[in-house]
Amino acid sequence: MAGSTLEIKDLHVSVEGNEILKGVNLTIKGGEFHAIMGPNGTGKSTLASAIMGHPSYEVTKGSILLDGEEVLDMEVDERARAGLFLAMQYPSEISGVTTSDFLRSSINAIRGEGNEIPLMQFIKEMDEKLEALEIDKSMAQRYLNEGFSGGEKKRNEILQMSLLKPKIAILDEIDSGLDIDALKIVSDAINDMRSEEFGTLIITHYQRLLNYIKPDYVHVMMQGRVVKSGGPELAKRLEEEGYEWLKEELGIKDETVGQEA
Amino acid sequence: MTVDTEQIYTKEYIKQFSKDRNEPEWMKTLRLQALEQSETLDMPKPDKTNIVRWNFSRFKHDYVEGEAIQSLEHLPEEIKDFFDPENLPENLLIQRNHSIAYASLSNELKEKGVIFTDIFTALQEHEELVKKYYMKDAVSIDEHRLTALHAALMNGGIFVYVPKNVEVKTPLQVVFWQEDPTIAYFNHVIVVAESNSSVNYVENYISNNEEETVANIVTEVFAHDNAQIAFGGVDNFATGTTIYMNRRGVVNRDATINWSIGQMNDGNTIFENITELVGDNSLCNANTVTVGRGKQIQNITSKTIHWGRNAEGYILQHGVMKDSASNVFNGIGKIENGASGSNAEQTSRVLMLSEKARGDANPILLIEEDDVMAGHAASVGRVDQMQLYYLMSRGITKQEAEKLIIHGFLEPVVSQLPLESVKKQLKQVIERKIN
Repeated sequence: MAGSTLEIKDLHVSVEGNEILKGVNLTIKGGEFHAIMGPNGTGKSTLASAIMGHPSYEVTKGSILLDGEEVLDMEVDERARAGLFLAMQYPSEISGVTTSDFLRSSINAIRGEGNEIPLMQFIKEMDEKLEALEIDKSMAQRYLNEGFSGGEKKRNEILQMSLLKPKIAILDEIDSGLDIDALKIVSDAINDMRSEEFGTLIITHYQRLLNYIKPDYVHVMMQGRVVKSGGPELAKRLEEEGYEWLKEELGIKDETVGQEA
Repeated sequence: MTVDTEQIYTKEYIKQFSKDRNEPEWMKTLRLQALEQSETLDMPKPDKTNIVRWNFSRFKHDYVEGEAIQSLEHLPEEIKDFFDPENLPENLLIQRNHSIAYASLSNELKEKGVIFTDIFTALQEHEELVKKYYMKDAVSIDEHRLTALHAALMNGGIFVYVPKNVEVKTPLQVVFWQEDPTIAYFNHVIVVAESNSSVNYVENYISNNEEETVANIVTEVFAHDNAQIAFGGVDNFATGTTIYMNRRGVVNRDATINWSIGQMNDGNTIFENITELVGDNSLCNANTVTVGRGKQIQNITSKTIHWGRNAEGYILQHGVMKDSASNVFNGIGKIENGASGSNAEQTSRVLMLSEKARGDANPILLIEEDDVMAGHAASVGRVDQMQLYYLMSRGITKQEAEKLIIHGFLEPVVSQLPLESVKKQLKQVIERKIN
């Protein structure tokens, strides 16, 4: 079975009346790893949030199709059940709900009624992934993200992705706040997902992550648009030379978007 | 409209009622004095809730016997829910209407001198003990009209006594089952833990009435030096009942009372949980959760009064309000002069699920001593949109996500209940109430 396709077409997104995305076009297919790079404030995280349906982001124009279905017509939970996943930059803390109870609820929501995961299978899968991500098993019994360190929260996001097995995952700055060892562990887990059935969009402003996860396509965002696309060599050049050459090439002075001067 | 002051129950009625129960003379006298006092005392005035129109006067007081229960297997589901069928409780009392319908206490505890019986039997068999504790050092008869009416009309309840150095390892469980929808509950519960003893006590109230009636309940809990009491209570009176529930503790030197209370009533409720930290190094955790629905009005007060040195009182109150229910949490930490090294902390939080729901958190610290610690946190708010978004982004429906957040919000108290089966039952009730 071939993987899914996520098509983002001419996407315009506003936050509190302020237009942040000004026509993003991007297509991600199963089996493909895409990286979006770009300096801070250029709209990368807005793109991630808009795809998932964050309530503060208003799509004013354009469309997002998952295998031809309009994602923008779906509620947040429907998007997840359709196969989208977002590893968040700032995951919420949910007091009183254990990580393990939450994971089981999520897995069962994705699998659907009548197809719930047997308890023993759940525990086995969770334990395997916890081990792979070198997460202490006690985390499963801790309240979701409550009192987690920055690094623990990121690993927890990847743990969720590994267990929920989405068709398309967006990873929003999954590398921030991770030390080099943790970065390797997280990267391994993401690489393990690589298959024809899985596509991902990795958002980062460090090339560092791409030393461990090899992207097939690299895109650069500035001023709320994808301004340049290429292969892994583009990331390499950005790391060596920074963004100035690109700004010059495109005639851009201020690459940020939506901020008052 | 003013409070109905007419006395429905006369001296003659009370004399006869006392005689029918074979009560000692002092009890009859106490009742009659209380009746007289109730005529002049004012109603209680819970902070920020007007109870003038609440029904505290229309009820049927008569003692109604419940049918004896031969086997726990043949009880209705709602009662069976309180027990783990795999592991039926060893120490259990079921008060059905006003009489004990089922009683068991392990031989081991009997031999050690543990008393676990109904209040009327205790008045016969342990008269001096009951007299020592009954409405003396914890709740006074003349606090207001409802405490006086309680003393005059007491018609049920339990007496628990744990002798010195006895550790009760398996919980003592009581179910108060108001099967007859028309009767009033004037229950009196006394729990005494003598020095160096420990006990887990769990009680449940349940009724199913739409008929108008009253529950006026006083519970007095005494932890003597170095005694440990875990007190769990889940109240589940139906819509028709107006509830005055008073649970009070007295904690002596090095002793602890931990309260875990689920206020799951559907009727208007005044709940008052006061703990007197009398001894040095005394400790109390006063945890309450509540779910309000319909047009229900609740006023919940948790208070710790610090007398001893290094007395520690921690109050935690979490409430969920839906429909047009409203709730006031009063949290009071009172540190008396001389209670140096004391710590009074409190947290009250209300989560509102609808536009019409109302919540209020009212923290009060009254401090008469310099060398102390005290703090409060209070919040009234709605379900966090970011938490909802996060859970929904993992495929969980909005409704399920809200449920998870609500259960999580109540979990700190639910998880403290000292009996698994009651914990489970409380979760079911919460589930029913929030759906």
